[in-house]
Amino acid sequence: MTVTLGVPSAIILAYSFLSRGAYGGVEQPWTLEDFARLFDPLYGSIFLRSFGIAGAATILCIALGFPLALFIARSPRKNLYLSLVILPFWTSFLIRTYAWMFLLRDTGLINTTLAGLHVIREPLPLLYNDGAVLLGLVYGFLPFAVLPLYATLERMDKSLLEASADLGARPWETLARVTIPLCAPGIRAAAILVFVPCLGTYLTSDLLGGSKTILIGNLVQNQFTASRDWPFGAAASVALMIAAIGLLFAVRRRGEELL
Amino acid sequence: MLELRSVSKEFAAHRAVANVSLRVERGEFFSLLGPSGCGKTTTLRMVAGFESPTSGEVWLNGSRIDHLAPYERNVNTVFQSYALFPHLTVRGNVEFGLKRKRVNGIDKRVAKVLEQVRLSGKESRLPSELSGGERQRVALARSLVLEPDVLLLDEPLSALDPLLRKQVRAELKDLQRRVGVAFLFVTHDQEEALAMSDRIAVMNGGLVEQVGTPQEIYQRPRTRFVASFLGAMNWVDGIGVRPECTRIARAGRRATVKRCVFLGPVVHVEARLENGETMTAQVAAGDARFSEGDGVYLAWDAADELRFE
Repeated sequence: MTVTLGVPSAIILAYSFLSRGAYGGVEQPWTLEDFARLFDPLYGSIFLRSFGIAGAATILCIALGFPLALFIARSPRKNLYLSLVILPFWTSFLIRTYAWMFLLRDTGLINTTLAGLHVIREPLPLLYNDGAVLLGLVYGFLPFAVLPLYATLERMDKSLLEASADLGARPWETLARVTIPLCAPGIRAAAILVFVPCLGTYLTSDLLGGSKTILIGNLVQNQFTASRDWPFGAAASVALMIAAIGLLFAVRRRGEELL
Repeated sequence: MLELRSVSKEFAAHRAVANVSLRVERGEFFSLLGPSGCGKTTTLRMVAGFESPTSGEVWLNGSRIDHLAPYERNVNTVFQSYALFPHLTVRGNVEFGLKRKRVNGIDKRVAKVLEQVRLSGKESRLPSELSGGERQRVALARSLVLEPDVLLLDEPLSALDPLLRKQVRAELKDLQRRVGVAFLFVTHDQEEALAMSDRIAVMNGGLVEQVGTPQEIYQRPRTRFVASFLGAMNWVDGIGVRPECTRIARAGRRATVKRCVFLGPVVHVEARLENGETMTAQVAAGDARFSEGDGVYLAWDAADELRFE
């Protein structure tokens, strides 16, 4: 564990303090310049944008995942629904993202169907914008929200819900005063499991977001490929890692384990 | 006050409660007593509104309530596990129902009920920071503060340790007298039911076998089941005689001592009759000078014989 996790991270950390090689790679001397460059407003806005989209995806995943998890936890056919939630994992995320492109593009299924029904004349701009990226992220990470929420709801002592009704709470009051507060650990776990990977995503934004939607993940990817600026790419991913770890500690309650 | 009229409850394959009719009067301490699976908890849950009867009616203060949701009924429940909200303090738990009803003077009512159950000063504790007895009192306070017509209690003493249980029995009975609320108390512990109740309904296999005061139920059981569920019973020639009514005498039924069981104040002498049946005689501890194989005579008064069809 320590070797497989630690060594690559240590290499990235070391690279982030080195200088750029002429044809990629890294050279001496050691420098903090690449971290300083991250404070450029250009990159600042990329970070902000990434946090914004990851935050929105997290909120949507929890908002959609909570009722779904509640439905599954109370259904007599839990196992069937749970396997349906996990089913998409059997195919590659890349292929599923391409499938969304086929649905959303100008000549995609949605636009051709709507045009065929004479609902629209011009194709709707469904692809290559922030909305498409958000849709792709919510689609891809919804199961990561549903599973911890389901686990918490399933474990919940049913007599607490009965007690709430017994004391005069209507169903929505029980939801707001008992079910959701008691589900807080599940909501935190879901938020972390969705937010952290969304923050570092590059595939979804690359395929569905077009050239305008550049996120931290795409920035890092570009530095290691097209731009051949490994130290800056490493610095950006170290910054991303620090942000993610900082967030983990921020949402952790006192005395509670991470996740 | 509370009335069940021919209430039945069927689950998928079996009949949990069969044709139960009961009346609980205002201010009464009424127990449902029976072994596990006898339908007593299901009966309680139908009064609370967590289960709906397959047939029959539930009436409270002259209105029919069996179609109402739990939050629409003026009855409250003390759960077996107490079901305190773990994320709320003692105060949060106790004022939960008052807040749902949007009543005035919440603080005063919370303070008063916490004083009644001797929890003043513990308002800001979480349930996890309380002892078992304190948790049980929070559960009581949380329900009583709503001034229900009937308080439903589902084996509320079973989670307490045995030493505490007897003490809490007296406290609970005391509290019930003071607040004057009718209690419908579910238990499988006959001693508990006898010690606390004004009246008891003994249930078995979904049916009510007998309803009566503790004395009536114990001294004049109407069925074999009631007789043997409440206290020990000797069966001889189809007649029931309680061990405490059976003496070792100079004359009577000839028997051979099998063993003596020392119980502190009394000794139970088990003896085999000539016809092979075994009887137990209860004698004072000081009188017990019997050993295995001793020949004795067992005697009892005809008035203590219990006959059943």
